[in-house]
Amino acid sequence: MSLRNRELANLVAVGVLTGLGFASVYIARSHVVSTASLSYAIFFLALYVAAHVVTRLTVPNADPYLLPIAGLLTAVGLTEIYRLHPQDAFRQGLWIVIAVVLFAVALIALQRDYRRLESYKYIAGLTAIFLLMLPALPGFGTTVNGARLWVHVGPLQFQPGELAKIMLIVFLAGYLREKREVLAQGRLKDFGPLLVIWGGAMLVLVETNDLGSALLYFGIFLAMLYIATARVLFVALGGVLFLVGSAGAYKLIPHVRERVTIWLHPWTVHRVYCPLTGKPALRQDCQSYQLVKSLYSIGNGHFGGTGLGRGTFETTSGHQLIPYLNTDFIYSAVAQELGLVGAAAVLLVYMLFIARGFRIALLAQDGFSKLAAAGLTFGFALQTFIIVGGILRLIPLTGITLPFVSYGGSSVVANFVLLAGLLLISHRANEPPR
Amino acid sequence: MNVQISRLALVGLALIVALILGTTYWQAWASAGLADRQDNAIQRVAQFTVKRGRIYAGDGHTLLATNVRKRVGGQTLYFRRYPQGTLAPFVVGYSTQSRSQAGLERSYNDYLTGANSSLSTVFRTTLDRLRGITVQGNDLYTTIDPKAQRLANGLLAGKCAAAVAIEPSTGKVLVLSSSPSYNPNLVEKSFASIARGTAACKPASPLFDRATQGLYAPGSSFKVVTASAALDTGRFTPSSTFFDPGYCIEYGKRVSNALNPDQSGPESFGTVNFTTALQHSINAVFCKIGMALGAGPIVDYSKRYGFYSVPPLETPLDERVPSGRYKNGRLDRSSSDADPGRLAFGQERLLVTPFQMAMVAAAIANQGVVMRPTVVDKILSPGGGTLSRRHPENLGRAIKPQTASELTAMMEAVVTGGTGTAAQIPGVRVAGKTGTAETPVPHQYNAWFIAFAPADHPRVAVAVVVENGGFGGRSAAPIAKAIMQAILRGS
Repeated sequence: MSLRNRELANLVAVGVLTGLGFASVYIARSHVVSTASLSYAIFFLALYVAAHVVTRLTVPNADPYLLPIAGLLTAVGLTEIYRLHPQDAFRQGLWIVIAVVLFAVALIALQRDYRRLESYKYIAGLTAIFLLMLPALPGFGTTVNGARLWVHVGPLQFQPGELAKIMLIVFLAGYLREKREVLAQGRLKDFGPLLVIWGGAMLVLVETNDLGSALLYFGIFLAMLYIATARVLFVALGGVLFLVGSAGAYKLIPHVRERVTIWLHPWTVHRVYCPLTGKPALRQDCQSYQLVKSLYSIGNGHFGGTGLGRGTFETTSGHQLIPYLNTDFIYSAVAQELGLVGAAAVLLVYMLFIARGFRIALLAQDGFSKLAAAGLTFGFALQTFIIVGGILRLIPLTGITLPFVSYGGSSVVANFVLLAGLLLISHRANEPPR
Repeated sequence: MNVQISRLALVGLALIVALILGTTYWQAWASAGLADRQDNAIQRVAQFTVKRGRIYAGDGHTLLATNVRKRVGGQTLYFRRYPQGTLAPFVVGYSTQSRSQAGLERSYNDYLTGANSSLSTVFRTTLDRLRGITVQGNDLYTTIDPKAQRLANGLLAGKCAAAVAIEPSTGKVLVLSSSPSYNPNLVEKSFASIARGTAACKPASPLFDRATQGLYAPGSSFKVVTASAALDTGRFTPSSTFFDPGYCIEYGKRVSNALNPDQSGPESFGTVNFTTALQHSINAVFCKIGMALGAGPIVDYSKRYGFYSVPPLETPLDERVPSGRYKNGRLDRSSSDADPGRLAFGQERLLVTPFQMAMVAAAIANQGVVMRPTVVDKILSPGGGTLSRRHPENLGRAIKPQTASELTAMMEAVVTGGTGTAAQIPGVRVAGKTGTAETPVPHQYNAWFIAFAPADHPRVAVAVVVENGGFGGRSAAPIAKAIMQAILRGS
């Protein structure tokens, strides 16, 4: 079977799964299977078949599993979002359409040779910083949950950090490919531009209070530096730097201190000061309310889950239990309804995506492609870890989207661009020698 | 670069493995602990997805607790309603959204939610869950007589008082009334309105069950226990004679009969027999009997009736308290420092619950055998199958049948021509004993009456206490009489 036929076959399987998912939500909600549930699945399948046609035309040699995996993850997300807020699912569907269009545009524009991007690396780096700074600019940005991440232009809202991540990876790949020999020798002046751009990014992140992203960028930076130079010392040095920076942030930024406290002690036996109301309260009823309620949601899933559409996300008076459930906290909804079996399956799908991504990096012929593929893949893995790990109390919780699954336009668009990048690199790596 | 990429790939995959392990921890290892947390809002909702079993009164059709169906967020939820309101809150209890529970709602939560381990229930609920059908709890049938209970509530209304009625031959609790009472429907939404409730005492404490948790000095009603010891040990007979000088000398001090307000001044009866002494509740005589017996045997006989241990019942254990001698708020199990004279007529730091006194009356009525008190008659599955049915259980003999019949005759004399004439029922032989107990407040007395009827073939035993009710024969006896009449008429 050719690579693209394999992709199509996988997509059809994903389409069937999506149909089943929507149908089960429908049955759970209104005890009937409706044609509306099937229309969602058919629309979804049609969209992915269209994306598949584009890959067939532009990147016929690309990895056949990435697009179906992305399809499966968006399907899981869309089904869950539909189950939580049907109106949001419609909007998410629209964003997926836009994302697929951009995916196609990226593939068509860059199909001949994406490596030209390398010459625009500084532009990419500056764009990344500009995008990251946007929310901090007065008049544009809005603060949500203590972090300035959003840009509002009229009715549109956008989280530019997601695209900035890809831009930064492009810059790092280009720059590190060029300077990797000298960097490996440890010449300080060659670190200059790298540190300047990096320091700028970090500053912006501190300014916007978004720690999840800071950790993400730092991790990507260290990982790519390690691939380029093979120097473990750099990673160790970076790790120490990060620890020092974290300690400083803990001391100086109350928002960071609060996050760490919530992480270490989400439950209190006695009432403590609650900064939200200014009165004493149990911490589980105050700052760690969201984390604790989300853990209850996960715990309620047990092994088999409550079943799609049968989870509990509202109080008896109809109030939503977990804030940001369909964006940052969608994993706790999935974990409750699908249980350990389903949640672990979703995580295994992420593993598969990551394994395929690194395989592409291994197969790629040139340094830029290797660095870019590894950077994109590691960024994807780290982002998944930061949000799900935060929800599972493995690390302090920071608000960041779960790739492909969370509700949110910028996230979906950015991840499809990431997918396009990996497919382009994969196509080139698998091309028969001319 | 491939070496580095492979290593990085391992790191990336390890991150996701950590997530799988983390998820496993919360969903397999810690999930029971999370479910038990009081602020677990999902469990709060989850309890409403189960159609809780109904609770019925003893007539088998008066609904004490049922459910109202509501659709919330795509789920069908069942909310608790108590159609009879204030009828029997101290038996039924309540179950609220914030997971606070009381009464049978608490102690029988497993049966009511279908979470009990009986094989047929496990089979049925598992099947229902798999089929996606609402899980139904099992129905509880209590022994409460709704008519008598309602009558008792009415008689106690406005007072701070409690009444308990028990079927002597089976131990079935027919009436368990405490006043002031509360409406369990209000616990959820307007708890404040319950706390605001007022009555003839302060604090009114409407949530406090005076019948099983209220500790009162028994006063002269305890004389039946003293008499049990006196007769059963063979030291005295109903015709034993005593000389009553109007007082009794203990440790060189006079303890006069005037302790009781039912006697105008330190009355002196002269030479009387034991029956007359009980009939007129003569403290001086009981004081002498107590000193003759010693505190030990009296405490021993009280233990045979169930004193010094928490009375058995199906309500939660912490909703009942034991009766006995209390020292600094704690039960004092030794009798070494007890003053036998004062103990004999029910003072001497003795504190008892109305429930315990009803058990004493019921045991005497049941020829001396204590039956395990029970308020849950049977449990039926929603399909109507019987899961459990109470059979009368013998807890042991308190006194010999001979003693019981002698004591019955003496108690009959109390009602026919003694302090308890207010409890007479035309055409029915009633046996009873009054009590008027001192309280820490001077000139305030708690009124007691314990009784059973018909004396020749007892079908009901009662205990009534009225806080600050004055003379027991005047305030408590008519209430006891009305409750007994209602039960005898109904059965």
